[in-house]
Amino acid sequence: MSGYQNKIKEAANRLLTEGSVDMVIGFRKGTLPMMNEPCFIRRPEDVHQLVWDSNCGINLANYLTDRKEKIAIVAKGCDSRNIVTHIIENKIKREKLHIIGVPCQGMVDKRKIISLFGEEILDVTENGDDLKIKFRGCEKSLKKNDVLQENCATCIHRNPVLFDELVGELVTEQTGVDRYADVNRVEALSSQEKWQYFEDLLSPCVRCYACRNACPLCYCPTCFVDESRPQWVGKSQDPVDIRTFHFLRAYHCAGRCTDCGACERACPVGIKVRQFTSKLNKDSFEMFGWEAGMTLDQRPPLDTYKPNDPNDFIK
Amino acid sequence: MNLMEHMGIEPGRLQFSWISSAESTKFVDVVKTVTASVKALGPNTNYKKQAVKVA
Repeated sequence: MSGYQNKIKEAANRLLTEGSVDMVIGFRKGTLPMMNEPCFIRRPEDVHQLVWDSNCGINLANYLTDRKEKIAIVAKGCDSRNIVTHIIENKIKREKLHIIGVPCQGMVDKRKIISLFGEEILDVTENGDDLKIKFRGCEKSLKKNDVLQENCATCIHRNPVLFDELVGELVTEQTGVDRYADVNRVEALSSQEKWQYFEDLLSPCVRCYACRNACPLCYCPTCFVDESRPQWVGKSQDPVDIRTFHFLRAYHCAGRCTDCGACERACPVGIKVRQFTSKLNKDSFEMFGWEAGMTLDQRPPLDTYKPNDPNDFIK
Repeated sequence: MNLMEHMGIEPGRLQFSWISSAESTKFVDVVKTVTASVKALGPNTNYKKQAVKVA
C-alpha cells in the first residue's frame, strides 16, 4: 500500500512538472483518523500531500463531472468503472483524462472499527493486512479483512478497467463471493415484512442527501428532490417521503451503479444505502447480463432497445 | 417493477399493459382483471401519510 503511495506521488509530480495535466485528483490525510479527503493538486510542490491507504473509499469520479481542464485522477476498480460511465454519458472526455490506476485491496469500514472499541481512536496505521489502532495510552491490532466495507468484501472488480498507468501489479480478483446475499435475504420475505424491513432501515434517515452528494451518478444540475416546480416528491420527514426519495434515487442509478459504496460510507447515521441499489444491480445482471462501467464500447441496457429485452411484466 | 415489489408493494398492485387503441376488448379485460386484483388486496394503507405533528 505504501508502495502505491510513492508511485502515485511520482506520477503526479511527473505529470504536473511536464505540464501534461492541469491538476491531479487524489486523496490527502483528513483531520480525523480513517477519514481521508479528496484533494485537487495543481502545483508540483503540493504533491507531498497525496496519500494512499485503506481509507480512500470515496469515489473520485464524482469530481470529474463537466470538468474542462486536463485532469489526472487516481482510480481504484470502482472509480474507474464510474469514470467509464461518465465518459459514456458524456460528462467528461476521455482525452481530458490521465487515469492513474490503483489495483485495490479493499477499503476499511471505519464504523465497524469504531463499533469494536468504546474508546476514542487517535490514529490508525497499517502494514499490509495488519491495522494498528492507537488509543490514549494503548494500542490494539486488527486484521484488515475483518473490517472491510461490505461492498469491498464482495467486490469482484478490484482492478481498474480503464487506466493510462498502474501504480502496482494487478491483484487477483476474488471469486466465489456472494454479492447478492442481502438482496436474496430480503427477497425471501413476504410483502409486509419487506415493507417493514425498509421502514426500519430508513427510520434514522434525516434526509441530509449526503448519499446523493457522494454518488458519482448523481450529477443532475437540479436534483428531483430539490425541484419545487413541479414538486416531484414531498420534502417532509414523513416516512413515505423518505422512502420515495430513496427508491426514486435508486431507480436513477439502475444499470449505472458500480456498487462503490460511497453512499453508504457518506451516510452520517449508518443506513445501508446499498440495499436499494444492489437489488437493481442484481436485476441488471440477471436480465441483461450487464455490469456498469466495464467497457466503453457498449451502450447501457437502459438506453438501447433489443427485441429480446425481458418484458414478461407487460400483460 | 421488481424494485417496487422488492420494497414491499404487494404483487398485483402494480401492473403494466400494452394496449393498442384498436384493442377495445383487451382494454375491458385488463381493466376488469386489474380492478379485481387490486380490490382483492384492499386499500394500500402503507402509502398513507400520517397527520402532521404540531408541537
